[in-house]
Amino acid sequence: MERIKSGKMINVVRSVVLVMSVLLIGTGVMNQEHTEVLQKAVKICLECIGIG
Amino acid sequence: MPGVHWNRIKQKRKISFQRKIQFISAAVFNGYGAGFVKGKIYTGGSKAVCVPLLNCYSCPGALGACPVGSLQTALGARHHFPFYVLGTMMLFGILLGRLICGLLCPFGLVQDLMHKIPVPKWSVPKKIDRPMRYLKYVVLLSTVILLPALVVTKTGITPPYFCKYICPAGTLGGGIPQMIANPALRNLAGMLFSWKVLVLLLILLLSMFIHRPFCRYLCPLGAFYALFNRFAFYQMSLNERKCTGCKKCERSCPMAVEITREINSSECIRCGKCKAVCPEGAISLGFLLKNSKPYGDYRAYGTRSRRR
Ligand code: SF4
Ligand code: SF4
Ligand code: SF4
Repeated sequence: MERIKSGKMINVVRSVVLVMSVLLIGTGVMNQEHTEVLQKAVKICLECIGIG
Repeated sequence: MPGVHWNRIKQKRKISFQRKIQFISAAVFNGYGAGFVKGKIYTGGSKAVCVPLLNCYSCPGALGACPVGSLQTALGARHHFPFYVLGTMMLFGILLGRLICGLLCPFGLVQDLMHKIPVPKWSVPKKIDRPMRYLKYVVLLSTVILLPALVVTKTGITPPYFCKYICPAGTLGGGIPQMIANPALRNLAGMLFSWKVLVLLLILLLSMFIHRPFCRYLCPLGAFYALFNRFAFYQMSLNERKCTGCKKCERSCPMAVEITREINSSECIRCGKCKAVCPEGAISLGFLLKNSKPYGDYRAYGTRSRRR
């Protein structure tokens, strides 16, 4: 990959990633994915605590 | 002079800015105190939000969801593209990079504290250290992404492999407090729990000798943020005119970053120790630094005397 050196180019990369991440979050919320996260996080995760 | 000696001791005992923020962060993200007493976990709406840290959602105090656990669940239990979790992780990554590791993550704090124990400190030879650093990317790709996404089980739910077999933060923050507070769970603990305690103990033991071994070699969340470190809005920069090449910064760096060559290394956790020790004030940290170079290229260190 060509190394991104110039200040302008870095700012473009940053901004694109920032916008992409916001769009991903928005899409996820529209798909109700945050409620899936909630459902998992409000129960004790047996794998996490080592019971399986 | 005894006065000078005493002053030095007092100076050493002062709690650093980094440590204060680490303690505050650990307390804020795990602020459900009643959970520790009752052996229950928080069930409020804030658990729909992923926190930026490696912080188990089964920790009795946890107020948010662990991004690594949530990513595995989306891929392994729900089998869909994880838009929400991935977007959240990318957002944290591009804004802060590994500043999260240096200042916010409780398991980073635990390793830092273990390293304070006065035992001989090891410096891992470069030949071993450099290749080993890639291990965390293998852990991210295999246990967090590919295995949960691709393995097919009878139930249709693929376990979160990283959480189940490796995660020491889950054992320390979730497993052990739950076992202490909850007799029913204690009765269920078997070989897997013993294995996870062994992994945790090994990491804690190693942390006494090597600075942050889990962050350096194994953590998938650290690996994810490392991908963004060079481009994140939060950056570091080295003033080539001020730097004399004394390398005091490199000797104090907990992550063994070659600061004078690559200050924005993906391994830098933005702890600020280098800035604090630099006698020339050559190092800056902050958002959108003008002179920051993502791939280093700081070749002019030590040239100040020549320029004079
Ligand atoms: S590398 Fe992982 S465990 Fe270490 S501080 Fe970062 S997120 Fe926490
Ligand atoms: S940045 Fe500061 S501490 Fe590091 S080599 Fe340059 S002058 Fe020395
Ligand atoms: S380069 Fe500086 S800020 Fe980064 S880890 Fe090393 S001492 Fe901390």
